[in-house]
Amino acid sequence: MDPKTLRYTKSHEWIAADGTVGISDHAQHEITDVVFVEPPKVGRAVKAEEACAVVESVKAAFDIYAPVAGAVAAVNDEAAKNPAIVNQSPYEKGWLFKIQMTSPADREKLMTAEQYAAFVKTGAH
Amino acid sequence: MTATPQRTPFFVFHQEARARIVEFAGWEMPIQFEGILAEHQAVRQRAGLFDISHMAQIWVTGPGARSTLDRLVTNDVSALKDNRGLYALLCREDGGVVDDLYIYRLESGRYLVIANASRARADWAWLQAHLGPETELAEQPQAAALALQGPRAAAILKELLPNAVKMQKNDVAEWLVLGREMVVARTGYTGEDGFEFFGPAEHVLPFHQALIKAGAPHGLVPCGLGARDTLRLEMGYRLYGNDLDEGHSALESGLGWAVKLGKTDFIGRAALLKEKEQGSRRRMIAFRLKERGVPRHGHEILLGGNPVGAATSGTFSPSLGGGIGLGYVDNVLFPPAAEKTNALSLRIYERPLAAEIATLPFYRKTTLTGVN
Repeated sequence: MDPKTLRYTKSHEWIAADGTVGISDHAQHEITDVVFVEPPKVGRAVKAEEACAVVESVKAAFDIYAPVAGAVAAVNDEAAKNPAIVNQSPYEKGWLFKIQMTSPADREKLMTAEQYAAFVKTGAH
Repeated sequence: MTATPQRTPFFVFHQEARARIVEFAGWEMPIQFEGILAEHQAVRQRAGLFDISHMAQIWVTGPGARSTLDRLVTNDVSALKDNRGLYALLCREDGGVVDDLYIYRLESGRYLVIANASRARADWAWLQAHLGPETELAEQPQAAALALQGPRAAAILKELLPNAVKMQKNDVAEWLVLGREMVVARTGYTGEDGFEFFGPAEHVLPFHQALIKAGAPHGLVPCGLGARDTLRLEMGYRLYGNDLDEGHSALESGLGWAVKLGKTDFIGRAALLKEKEQGSRRRMIAFRLKERGVPRHGHEILLGGNPVGAATSGTFSPSLGGGIGLGYVDNVLFPPAAEKTNALSLRIYERPLAAEIATLPFYRKTTLTGVN
């Protein structure tokens, strides 16, 4: 995934046009070494901003929120088996789950890569 | 704690090394440098250097020092020879743990006590209140301390202090290091071979630089409190405030080996004797998750689905590749005889994850990474 084409949430998830969701490079850096990923169940209906996955570092657990409403269409079992890929490849191998979006227009309301970069810079998180 | 946190003499070094800084027990401390996992592996395989200047250094001196300490702590201070150290607990009258300590005997009437940063004030007040005759207490001025830990520790130190590598585990001595006096002990909190250094900042600071230089060819890396925690927990070493507190007795904490009920009377002895006769209400267990997950302080321990206790420490074990932890369980709800059952679990992520009782240490040198 090209980070420039993704949309971002204030809670540092990204979502691609096809509904794939992961965490930003900034987020993986802040979380530090990821040692555990708990993906949502496939088929689960999620609301926007609903906590639906967990990513843990050695020191702490972080909730991952659904960027938009929809149903979980797929999860990345590889990230659950080898959580370090979330650090190593947050936009490619380290994706977390895929959402069948209720309304793809919802995604357009999220931050663009530029807006997200500015958001991170201001430290407003 | 709202007071301005304190900084150790190495704070500027941590900043320059781009450490992540957190507040811990009133101190601004590095939680990690490169990363907890990398630092953990460095200590298991090579060597790591920890700033432990936040720990309290208390000199207990005078002709009455030995009997004062013996009256105060659970372990047998009178059996401690010159240049030796021991682990001991400071107890209340009811057997609750005020702190866990390391006591070094440099010579007759001269002891250095190392206490937890979080308990520094409480310990000082407790020691003052129970000081025997002919005993003096003094804080180490400008206290600084380092821990050099890992299988390469002796090789690194050999270049700077050839005599120190002849020391045995739990030995302690005062050495002139780079012309300045320092207390050097062959002890640590990681389960690896290693040394700890205590002294005034102006003595330890130049040594820190020399160690980093001598350690570079051996792969020595600076380590933070994050790796210190995963390393100690893999050994089953208790952490005060998590696994030990005033509400749990020295015997409940599973540290009976450091409680010498047969020695001279000490504060808490009567209560602990009674507890030993009648049986403890709770006990500390060590557990390992059989499923993927990370146990944390406060997670419920379940037996057959029913709560029987709570985890006091938990982490992802970098050496074992899975979740490990310690916790207290109720002896009636979870009798020791039930430890072999398959019904143990931890409530994590709102659901029970299967666990099993582990024997300590979780990690042994022969343990292979990834094998549970």
